[in-house]
Amino acid sequence: MIKITEYPLNPDDITSTVFSDEAGAVNVFIGTVRATTKHKRVVRLEFETYLNMAIKEIEKIIETVKQKWPVHHVVIHHRIGALTVGEIAVVIAVSSPHRKEAFAACQYAIDTLKETVPIWKKEVFEDGEEWVSAHP
Amino acid sequence: MEVEILAFGITRDIVEGDSFKVSLEEGASVSVLKELLYKAYPKMKQLNSLRIAVDNEYVDEGVVLQGNEEIALIPPVSGG
Repeated sequence: MIKITEYPLNPDDITSTVFSDEAGAVNVFIGTVRATTKHKRVVRLEFETYLNMAIKEIEKIIETVKQKWPVHHVVIHHRIGALTVGEIAVVIAVSSPHRKEAFAACQYAIDTLKETVPIWKKEVFEDGEEWVSAHP
Repeated sequence: MEVEILAFGITRDIVEGDSFKVSLEEGASVSVLKELLYKAYPKMKQLNSLRIAVDNEYVDEGVVLQGNEEIALIPPVSGG
C-alpha cells in the first residue's frame, strides 16, 4: 500500500494492485522529473526522506481518503535517491465504484503529499543546485 | 538538558550534518528551540517555513520538550 524506495517505480505493477471487481474506476497519478525549471535545464533531482515520519504521514493521507470517498484501494509509492529527466518520482493509484471519487481522491492525495510528507528534492542544474520550495 | 536534533533537506546543509546537539533549559518549548536555532543558524530564518517534528509528528510551538524525544527539523517539503 505504501512504499518509499530507491528502486525505479513500475506504474503498471502498482496500478494492477488496486483493481477490484467492485471498482468501475481506477485513477493513477504519475509524477515525473521535468527537464526544465524556470528556463534552467535540470540535470537530475535528488530526493531524500525522513522515512518513519513519511510513512506515518502517507498513512494519514490514505486514512483521510478512505473517510472522505468510497474508495476500494489506495496505493502510494514514492522514489528517493537520484532521478534523471523522465524518471518516475511518485505513483498514486486509487480505485472506486465511479470515476468522480477516484479523480477527487487521487488529487487530494498528491496535493496533501506535497504539503505534509517529509520528502525533499534538490534540483541539480548544469551550473548549480537548489532545494525546491525552501526559499520564498 | 542536551537534545539531539535530526536535520533534513536544506537544514542538513545549513548545520553541515545529519544531526547536531543543542543545550536547552528544562521545560523549554518548541518555540524556545526555534529561537535558539534562528540565532545559531540565521539562514534558517530565510526559509519559507521551519516545522519541528517530535517523535514523527508535527508539533505546535507551545509543546514542551522532555529531552528524550526524537526531534527533527522539517524545512519546506517538496515530494511528488
